[in-house]
Amino acid sequence: MKYLVLIPLALFAAPLAAQNQDLGEPMQEGQAVETIEEEGGLTGSVSFEGNLDDLGIAIPAFATDRDVATPANANGTAALGVELARVITSNLRNNGLFKPTGPDSLPTPAFANITSPNWATWSTRGAEMLVHGYVRARSDNRLTVGCYLYDMALQDRLVAEGWVVAPADWRRAAHKCADLVYSRLTGESPFFDSRIAYIAETGPKDNRTKRLAIMDSDGANHRFITTGRSTALTPRYSPDYRQLVYLSYVDGNPRIYVYDIGTGRQTLVTQSDNPTFAPRWSPDGRYILYSMAVGGNTDIYRVSASGGRSERLTDAPGIDIGGSFSPDGSKIVFESDRSGSQQIYVMDADGSNQRRLSFFGGRSATPEWSPRGDQIAFTHIAGDFNVAVMNPSGRGFRKLTRGWQDEAPTWAPNGRIIQFFRTERNSGRTSLWQVDLTGENERKLPTPVDASDPAWGPILP
Amino acid sequence: MNTRIATAAVLSSALALAACQKKAPEELPPPPEDVTTTTPTTTTPAGPTVGSMEHFLAAVGQMNTVVYFDTDRYNIDAEDSAKLQRQAQYFSQYPSVTFTIEGHTDERGTREYNLALGERRANAAKNYLVSVGIPASRIRTVSYGKERPVALGSNESAWAQNRRAATVTIN
Repeated sequence: MKYLVLIPLALFAAPLAAQNQDLGEPMQEGQAVETIEEEGGLTGSVSFEGNLDDLGIAIPAFATDRDVATPANANGTAALGVELARVITSNLRNNGLFKPTGPDSLPTPAFANITSPNWATWSTRGAEMLVHGYVRARSDNRLTVGCYLYDMALQDRLVAEGWVVAPADWRRAAHKCADLVYSRLTGESPFFDSRIAYIAETGPKDNRTKRLAIMDSDGANHRFITTGRSTALTPRYSPDYRQLVYLSYVDGNPRIYVYDIGTGRQTLVTQSDNPTFAPRWSPDGRYILYSMAVGGNTDIYRVSASGGRSERLTDAPGIDIGGSFSPDGSKIVFESDRSGSQQIYVMDADGSNQRRLSFFGGRSATPEWSPRGDQIAFTHIAGDFNVAVMNPSGRGFRKLTRGWQDEAPTWAPNGRIIQFFRTERNSGRTSLWQVDLTGENERKLPTPVDASDPAWGPILP
Repeated sequence: MNTRIATAAVLSSALALAACQKKAPEELPPPPEDVTTTTPTTTTPAGPTVGSMEHFLAAVGQMNTVVYFDTDRYNIDAEDSAKLQRQAQYFSQYPSVTFTIEGHTDERGTREYNLALGERRANAAKNYLVSVGIPASRIRTVSYGKERPVALGSNESAWAQNRRAATVTIN
């Protein structure tokens, strides 16, 4: 065993089974969600003028045509209708967007009223908007969920959409309804129907167990991917959610692996005996960026996601690390200490035209390009560590958080919300947080154990 | 005991050098002593196995197995080189022993950068040992970044103890 660990060549002769030793049971891939036309579709314009966080939205239980058994809820489709409305309510409330009122303090509408609300029932409740919906069990065991948004002042339908989902995916229908309401009322792109990969942490500060884990954007459907026998760090979902790249010490060295969620298999990102760090996907999923240390000097490399030869993109002496593509894939923003301290640089996707972006005092690290392309989030280090944003020309610096150590921002799919992790002084405990672009709405995300390195994926396919 | 005295002599001269020079010495340090004539007959046959961590610690002393770095730095200063020379003597004396240098950082850095910085520190220590004649093939490096602190506080003293390259033998 001694020589297996010590001789680099032997590491690569290690069988696949050894590489997989830290993985739990393989997962089932999620099913596709089918969108269906709802009667009416898009109609009027929104009557409400004012701050969206003052906008009252009533979200009563979704109705069902027949209360029947469903694998999605032990108590049948009527109970599932209540759960759907609860998920939508907490989606909207937890993001500080509106003033939603959920099914637990509202009457339940009849199935027939979903497409033609009983206005008198709702007009006394002070809500400007009304969400109605239904759930119906299909003969093939799947569920049809319809979602309707009404403007109370206009007494008119603003938007309607429906989806056919597998019973296990019922929460996705609720997220899609929350996304529909959010998008219609704000004009922004959706973000609730998405997932987050992160690192779950347990144990004392000098002996932390760090496991790869995934969950829905609201914390539901939580799963551990690795068992925790070896340290896992810095995951990223592929844009199609079929793979995860992450760092694992499974063979004793820090190396980047590509984990296939469907098959449960994983492979090294590159066949090299050098340590590799900081993996990132290109927006189209065709390339993976990673950083590799050779003789203590770290550079950024690009490799096709299907394997093959790596191309080195940076060659400055020092540490060049990370890298985040612009949404169109033409540019990469990255971190380098070539000036003497960590700063943010930008280059063309082939490594040309490298130039420094950050001139804010202190150090700037972990840049992440917004999916909208208009902002770059990063960790600003000036005494404390805080999440900040700038525009892609390096101007418009704004600090969004005030923690002692906030780092590693990741963007919501719509580029309006940022998650990051916060480390507590002395105890070393970590937790996931999110903040909107105003910096005003900050909240801690619920996770089963301590958590770091959040990576928010795109809207689910 | 002869080796101990020789060691002390080398150490004290190295420390004296350190005291009068701010920068790391430009010249290469003196090559390790020729130990072929003084191969020790192990004092107690039941003692630790050659190459074990216990044996290594007993031979070079705990304090000489770890070198420390300033914030964001990875240079080997005079104090570090004295420690690494002591390590080099051991590894010259026992040419079959292979070992790992673990690079670490304090918690006040971003996670990915610290992995690269820890690697750079481990490499700096490795390069020093190679420069005094230890074959690179015997030295493995691994970075743990900020993931494995030894001092648990969030203060300058704890951070100084965590910015380190620790040499460990594997057995």
